[in-house]
Amino acid sequence: MDFRLDSNQKLIQDMVREFATNELTERAVEIDKSREFPVDNVKKMAELGLLGIIIPEEYGGGGMDFTSLAIAVEEISKVCASTGVIMAVNQSLVAYPIIKYGTDQQKKKYLPMLVKGENIGAFGLTEPNAGSDAASIETTARLEGEFYVLNGTKRFITNGEHATIFVVFAKTDVEKKHKGVSAFIVEKGFEGFSVGEHEDLLGLRATGNCELILDNCRVPKENLLGEEGEGFKIAMHTIDTSRIDIGAQAVGIAQGALDAALQYSKERKTFGRPICEYEMIQSKLAEMATRIDAARLLVYRAASLKDSGAERFSKEAAMAKYMAAEACMYCVRESVQIFGGYGYTKDYPVERFYRDAKVMEIYEGTSEIQKIVIARSLLK
Amino acid sequence: MEEKRYLSELSDDKHERFRNEVREFVLSSIAPKASEMEAREEFPLDIIKNMSARGWMGIPIPKDYGGAGLDNLSYIIAIEEIARICGSTAITLAAHTSLVVWPIYVYGSSEQKKKYLIPLASGEHIGSFGLTEANAGSDAGATETMAVLKGDHYIINGTKRFITNGSYADTVIFTASHDRSKRVHGISAFIAEKGMPGFSVVRKEDKLGLRASDTAELSFEGCRIPKENLLGKENEGFKVFMETLDGGRISIGALALGEAQGALDVAVKYVQDNGLKKSQTIQKAVADMVMEVSAARHLIYHAARLKDKKYRVTREGAMAKLYASEVSMRVTSMAMNIIGPAGLTGEYPVERLFRDAKLNEIGEGTSEIQRIVIARDLLGK
Repeated sequence: MDFRLDSNQKLIQDMVREFATNELTERAVEIDKSREFPVDNVKKMAELGLLGIIIPEEYGGGGMDFTSLAIAVEEISKVCASTGVIMAVNQSLVAYPIIKYGTDQQKKKYLPMLVKGENIGAFGLTEPNAGSDAASIETTARLEGEFYVLNGTKRFITNGEHATIFVVFAKTDVEKKHKGVSAFIVEKGFEGFSVGEHEDLLGLRATGNCELILDNCRVPKENLLGEEGEGFKIAMHTIDTSRIDIGAQAVGIAQGALDAALQYSKERKTFGRPICEYEMIQSKLAEMATRIDAARLLVYRAASLKDSGAERFSKEAAMAKYMAAEACMYCVRESVQIFGGYGYTKDYPVERFYRDAKVMEIYEGTSEIQKIVIARSLLK
Repeated sequence: MEEKRYLSELSDDKHERFRNEVREFVLSSIAPKASEMEAREEFPLDIIKNMSARGWMGIPIPKDYGGAGLDNLSYIIAIEEIARICGSTAITLAAHTSLVVWPIYVYGSSEQKKKYLIPLASGEHIGSFGLTEANAGSDAGATETMAVLKGDHYIINGTKRFITNGSYADTVIFTASHDRSKRVHGISAFIAEKGMPGFSVVRKEDKLGLRASDTAELSFEGCRIPKENLLGKENEGFKVFMETLDGGRISIGALALGEAQGALDVAVKYVQDNGLKKSQTIQKAVADMVMEVSAARHLIYHAARLKDKKYRVTREGAMAKLYASEVSMRVTSMAMNIIGPAGLTGEYPVERLFRDAKLNEIGEGTSEIQRIVIARDLLGK
């Protein structure tokens, strides 16, 4: 087993790290304050091909693997978690299900749009009354001639405010549970589609998180993604896949927190010595680094498994998300702690990492949900 | 009342009646505006006025000096009950009472008590504790603010940072050094008044949490402090401040306890409202939360009772603060996980309590310092 990155992966890591450091650092502070969706960051990422890393080359994408995506997501999230989420969602939650389940026409139409950056994607599953339980969604879709007519509300939709392409889940058969769910590709301009309030969140504040309102929204028949009744399977498989880069995001935030704390601990002095010389501080730094490495390796393992073509990787992806989110929470807490009073102010970025990390821990399933996924996998 | 059974070993009818009084006030006068105050970073002046009318700006101070004539346990209970709903108001009161009112009561001359304690304890004036500096946090003895005696005045030069209530304080007690080479043995404590020439508020901090609490940077530029405003003896200021912090720690512990209880309250209501009580995951989370909150309460009330009996509370205060602050971190975090994404918005107060709680392990001595204090008390220096 070679745990090192290969030369292509190293290239991506270096390229994205440089981009993030130079282009995203200052904006990260601004957009967290203003909650504005960073269209400028999106444009820059598009120019570097970062919005379509996993999209096949024939559609204008990079044709690369999930390990490469994980590396890129980590490097961006280290500097600006909001920007990291935006590009991750665009790829894993929107481009990916279209790649895997879409018709040729759907792929030809939507994938190039998602690569270029003027059209961002969002994933419309969560509802006010259906968070982790995708089978109990209340949004309906009934076939009327050439259109499906969708009715319902989605909440907490990342990228929702700026996205133009949505993968939306609705019940085509309300009598059934899992088998009644179908997936659709919805465009912002479709009749009956609108977005609601921009949520004011604790962290990841610049991701245009909002409600989607489907009020007799007319979706052309051709925009059914996969078969009727296949929606639950599509949702679950897509979420499994996206857990890999959620894990990468968490690792990125954690690494950013560690890097900041490490640097500060060398500079800050108490009792005549830099605080990095104290055992209690060393213990924290070591613990942070170890947990990050463990989480990163789990993320790479899940990504590798996916890249190798494995159909089943729910357990590994859940493990990666679980460990990465927990490691992230540990790291941001200790990072703020190492900064002391300064860490509690907005003079340093660590309080933003702290808030972003908490959101990470909760969305796409808290640790409790991840553990249930893992247990189910073990008990099969 | 269920709570009475659980608290019978810790508390008594008298203290529980006082708790109920505070709770009623908090629910009617603070709860309706807590979120808005936070959003606007609005210092709780109105609430202070209301609390002053009840004698609550000097709860453990005798009535002769403008206080409520109650004990430290009552004061701690008040902090806890306020923090359950609003950490910002609680820390405003805690910094004022433990860190300004109390040391002037214990170390002040009778003139100082007349001049400063009475208005502070009655709530007419607000107080701040000026210890921390940019380069003197955990290492409080590294004070760079200097005091030079010139005739019957000390001339003070320096800056203080992260001072709670700083922008609004009428009275500020602060440390300054006569001779930095003497470190802690060269530090004196002084009383400054708002409006004294050379004393100003420079800026307000933009914080992660406790945003309705004012945290400021204070500047002394050739500020003339009369000799009579020395608090305690010359070169013994550090001791005054450290002993003050022993008590202050109990109040931060109470702040943490209240925030944890508040988060637990919200989480339990959410569980009941959403029919989640049969889930083992929820049961485990809630059981751990209530157990830890109860344990924290025991440590804090114990420390407060010891203080009322005039024992030195260096170890107990540190343990109470250390434990309660860590509990407040776990409980506010878990409450957010129970509620899920909706808890990330202002729809529930938990995200505010979560942000507030982080300060508990940093302010008035980081958890690392508390551990050192406890270990030294046990093992000797």
